Amino acid sequence: MAKAHVYKRDHVNTDEIIPARYLNTDDTAELAKHCMEDLDGGFVKKCRPGDIIVCGDDFGCGSSREHAVWSIQGAKVGAVIAHSFARIFYRNCINCGFYPIEMPDAVNKINDGDELEIDYKNGTINNKTQKKTLKFNALPDFALAIVHDGGLLEHIKNQK
Amino acid sequence: MSKMTITEKILARAGGKASVKPGDLVNAKIDMIMCHDVTTPPAISMLKEHGIDKVFDREKIAVTPDHFQPAKDIKSAELHKRLDTWAREKDITYYYPIGKAGVCHALLPEQGHIRPGEVIIGGDSHTCTYGAFGAFSTGIGSTDLAAAIATGVLWFKIPASMKFVLNGKLRPGVYSKDVILEVIRRIGTDGALYRAMEFVGPALKTMSMEARMTITNMAIEAGGKNGIIGFDDITKDYLSGRLKGKTEYTVFESDADAEYFSTDEIDCSRLEPMVAFPHLPSNGKTIGECAGLAMDQSYIGSCTNGRIEDLRVAAQILKGREVAIRTIVVPATPVIWKQAMDEGLFDVFYAAGCVVSAPTCGACLGGFMGILAEGEKCVSTTNRNFVGRMGHPKSEVYLASPATAAASAVEGKLADPRKYI
Ligand code: SF4
Repeated sequence: MAKAHVYKRDHVNTDEIIPARYLNTDDTAELAKHCMEDLDGGFVKKCRPGDIIVCGDDFGCGSSREHAVWSIQGAKVGAVIAHSFARIFYRNCINCGFYPIEMPDAVNKINDGDELEIDYKNGTINNKTQKKTLKFNALPDFALAIVHDGGLLEHIKNQK
Repeated sequence: MSKMTITEKILARAGGKASVKPGDLVNAKIDMIMCHDVTTPPAISMLKEHGIDKVFDREKIAVTPDHFQPAKDIKSAELHKRLDTWAREKDITYYYPIGKAGVCHALLPEQGHIRPGEVIIGGDSHTCTYGAFGAFSTGIGSTDLAAAIATGVLWFKIPASMKFVLNGKLRPGVYSKDVILEVIRRIGTDGALYRAMEFVGPALKTMSMEARMTITNMAIEAGGKNGIIGFDDITKDYLSGRLKGKTEYTVFESDADAEYFSTDEIDCSRLEPMVAFPHLPSNGKTIGECAGLAMDQSYIGSCTNGRIEDLRVAAQILKGREVAIRTIVVPATPVIWKQAMDEGLFDVFYAAGCVVSAPTCGACLGGFMGILAEGEKCVSTTNRNFVGRMGHPKSEVYLASPATAAASAVEGKLADPRKYI
């Protein structure tokens, strides 16, 4: 069961997602231990595999560190839903085969603890707790192709 | 043919198209790649894992350790070792190991790797700095970096451009850092999300390349994809005799009737020294609104303001005075370090009670060499003041110009530099 962890915040930056003091390694398991640490020190403990982070505007702003995406993937977060994403973070997600879900007003339509089910094909989220279906902005086709291949490098290899 | 901005023209050229418009996708040929010690080692590992051994062009890559150099601990030493082994194995032409290493965005322009009209990428968000040279330049993550190293090509969506007209002339004590802090205050940290920020106007004519780089450096702090300033005589003079490898370049300029997403005018003659309060670069206040707030540390350095001009301004204020708080001065590259020493600036810093370090990113990103304890406040010439940026999550960073940081060091609290100039 994927549970929503809602942070009613805009501009959650990469320093909050993975603080620079941990950037002396790129080991995913190590990075995962500190996922979201400077925003919510208890996040890693309460996050179950598949759980979903929900935020406002401009998620992932700041540094270009892909470590932010790796720490989220490493912590087995199922998805991030945000009103909008910062550019480099958005690109990094796609390149890592992690679908960034853009949905305006998400923090007002999803409550902390709601159970969610994401239908990537149809671009919808089933909010099981509120018994509502929500629509999100689908990725453009070229980005979708990269995500489907599991990331940019796999995509490049597949094209050869 | 529709009229284009400088950003559109550069990306059209790199993508092999006659013309492009915002929203179009291009596969752009990359002219230069910047690699450092945090984001490049993972890119190298990715390439290995995927069995990709190729470097597209060893002369179009510049490598320097900077974030944690000299190595701050065993883990960062391992990162440096991976970077070093790779750079030597691939025989990267422009590798700057320790001794030659400097803060990447100060080092590459100084060493003559940035040419107008080119497409430059780097595994660092402040790669947008190089736009000061009339180049398209943007930051990317490690996977993009790996792909670019291997193929020399990356996809880009053409950004819409926002125009910022810098009118008037800065008054003494007010600097380009104050201009960019004012721009970000006005439009917010996502005010330029996905877009190009193009700076034009008469105020630029009085700014050196160093001063201009401070402006483009912070385009990312408004969410911008790139910041860009057109080529002129000041650019030309800076580049002359400096460029390494290829010395010719193509100059692009925006068409007079190119389309912009928006146009903002800033009267630089009315600006005052600015301080961006925690925890966003957009929380700017004029010094008049905030002078007197007690600080614990002053930090003068980084890719935003660790260049020789910045150190001169700081020294001018610190000369014959003593600092009231911990003050750390970090020349951004070895050349700047030597220049500062030769000009006697180190004597001034020493006499004032500052500490001078080797070139490093260090404390700018909360790495080492000036980390803040819980509850401490630092006035800093860096570009980012997010939660925990320079240390404890409950410490605070106040962004300002080198003059304001130096004046604040003297008083131990946020201070107006104009009294000392
Ligand atoms: S000086 Fe600071 S902002 Fe600049 S590249 Fe280094 S860590 Fe990044």
